[in-house]
Amino acid sequence: MSTQDTAIPASAAHPYHRLVLRRLVVLGGLALLLILSVAIDISVGPTQYPLADVLRTILWPGEAGVQMRVVVWDIRMPVALMAVTVGGCLSLAGAQMQTILANPLASPFTLGLSAAASFGAALAMVMGVALFPGALTLMVPANAFLLAMAASLLVFGLSSMRGVTVETIVLLGIALVFTFNALLALLQYFASEQALAAVVFWTMGSLTKATWPKVFITGAILILCTPLFARRAWALTAIRLGETRAAAMGVPVRRLRFETLMLVSLLAAVPVSFVGTIGFIGIVGPHIARLLLGEDQRFFLPGSILAGALILSATSVLSKVLLPGASLPIGIITALVGVPFFATLIFTHGRRQW
Amino acid sequence: MVSLQLDRVEARYGRKVIYADVSTPPLPGGSLTALVGPNAAGKSTLFRRIAGQLAGAGEVRLSGTDKASLRYMPQDTGMNAALSVYESVILSLKQGRGGWRLTEDELHAVDEILQLLKIEALAGKQLAELSGGQRQLVSIGQTLVSQPRVILLDEPTSALDLYRQYEVLEVLRAYVERTGAVAILALHDLNQVMRVCTTTIAVANGRIVATGPTLEVLRPALIRELYGIEARVETCSRGCPMMIVDGAP
Repeated sequence: MSTQDTAIPASAAHPYHRLVLRRLVVLGGLALLLILSVAIDISVGPTQYPLADVLRTILWPGEAGVQMRVVVWDIRMPVALMAVTVGGCLSLAGAQMQTILANPLASPFTLGLSAAASFGAALAMVMGVALFPGALTLMVPANAFLLAMAASLLVFGLSSMRGVTVETIVLLGIALVFTFNALLALLQYFASEQALAAVVFWTMGSLTKATWPKVFITGAILILCTPLFARRAWALTAIRLGETRAAAMGVPVRRLRFETLMLVSLLAAVPVSFVGTIGFIGIVGPHIARLLLGEDQRFFLPGSILAGALILSATSVLSKVLLPGASLPIGIITALVGVPFFATLIFTHGRRQW
Repeated sequence: MVSLQLDRVEARYGRKVIYADVSTPPLPGGSLTALVGPNAAGKSTLFRRIAGQLAGAGEVRLSGTDKASLRYMPQDTGMNAALSVYESVILSLKQGRGGWRLTEDELHAVDEILQLLKIEALAGKQLAELSGGQRQLVSIGQTLVSQPRVILLDEPTSALDLYRQYEVLEVLRAYVERTGAVAILALHDLNQVMRVCTTTIAVANGRIVATGPTLEVLRPALIRELYGIEARVETCSRGCPMMIVDGAP
C-alpha cells in the first residue's frame, strides 16, 4: 500500500488518541455527576441532611447516630441506588434496542414490554391472579415480569422468522402496546376504587418501594448483561452501519439481534416489575450518550448506562423537591422535565445521527 | 496465487431460487475481474452468495486463502451511525479481531488506507455529513483496510466523479497486483471494464452467460443479449479498446 509514512501523524499526538481521551473525560464527568446526584438524593427528603454528614455516614456508618444511619442506609440509600440501577438498566436496554432495530424511537416501551408488565401487575392488583402460582407475596412484580418476558418472547419468535424486517418488529411492538393498554383499560373499568388507585399508582412508576434485595437484583442484571454486550462491542457498532454492511464485515446479524433482544428483555422486564412504568429513560439516556460520545459501543455502552442512571437519579431528587413534603411518582417527572430537555438537545444538534 | 471458482453454485432467497447451478473457471488473483449485466440481473445476489450471506447448494472454492480473508462491499452506502469516518474504518478492521484497544499497527493501517484513497481530510467527519461519493470512498476504505485476499465490490464507482472513478480503479488495480488478491467488481461502465479488468463475467436472468478475457466476452452479440442495444468495440488512436454505442436495434 502507500509508502507515505512521513505524512502519518506520530502516535503520541495521533488525533484518535485525543478523541479517546476526550471520551474518557466525558465518561468520567458523567460518573462524577452521578455520584454527586446520588449523594444529593440521599440528603434530600422530609428531613434535609448536609451533604458532608451524608458522605460521613456512608463512609463511616459506625460513627453516625442511629437515626441518621437508619435514614441514610435503610431508607434513602436503597431508593437512591434503585434509581441508578433501574436508570442504567432501562437506558442500556433502550440503547441496544435502538442499535439492533436501527430506530431512534426503540425502547422497552416501543416493543410493548412495559405495557405487558403493566397489564400483568394490574391482573394481580385487580383480579388477584398470580401467574406464578408459588409467588403470592411477590404477585405484582412476578406477574409484571412474566408478561414482559412473554411479550419479548413473542417478539423474538416473530423476529427470528425469515423475511421479518426491523420495521415489522417495531410495528409489532406498537400493536402489543395498544393491545395491552386496551386490556389494562378493561381491567381498570371493572376494578374496585382501591385496586384502581393501586394500578394507576403502579403505572406512574415509583422508586419509593425500593429495598436492598431489589437493588441487588437489578444491579446484578446490569452487571451480568454489560460484559455480554461489551464482548460484542465491535459487532454491535457495525450493525449501525446497516444489516447488509455488518453482515459483509462478518457480523452474524440474525444471531446477534436475537441474543441482544434476549438480554434487553431481561434488562427491561426486571426493573419494570419492581418500580412500575418509568418511561422516557430508555429513549433519552441513549440519545444523550450518542450526542456526547457517538456510537462506538466501547463508549456508547457505559455512556448510556451512566446517562440513564444520572437522569433517573436527578429525577428522583426533583420528585422530592418539586412539591415539598411529598414524593411525586417518578414516571411523571421523567416525562415532564425530560421531554423539554430532550427536545432542546435534538433541536440543538439537528438530526445528524439518524 | 489466490483464486476463486464457483462450482455448480445455487443462490436463493428463502425458497426462491435466483441462481441455479452456475459455475466459473478459476478466477485468478493479481488482476481485476468485472461482473457485468443489466439492472436486476442478479449481480448483488451472486456477490452475497459468494460472501456466504445467502444459502444454496454448490461450492465457492477459494484457493490460496480462506473465507476469513474475504471482504464484500455492498452497493448500499446508507451509513447514518454517529461515527466518524476514522471510527468506521477502525470498525471494519477490528471485526473478528477482538480487543478494545487499538495497536499502533492497526492505527497505521487505517491512516494508510485513508491516505491511499486521499480521504484523510475526512477522518474526523461524521458519516452522516458525507456526500454519496465520499461515502463510497469510505466504504472502499472499510473493505480494503484489513488487507483482504478476496474482494467483492458492488458498483464501487457509481457515485464517483470521473477523476475519482479513474483513481479508485487504479488503486484497486495496484492493490491486486501487489497482493495477488482476487477482486471482482460489479461495473456498468463497459469502457472502464475494458480499460482495467482482465477477466469479465457476464450475468443475466440468474445465469452466467459468459466468463473469460474481457475483450472476448464483451462482443456486440453479447452486449445485444445483455442490454438490448447495438454496440461495437473499436480501437482508439492510442490503441485502447473502446465501446461505441450505436443505439437500440
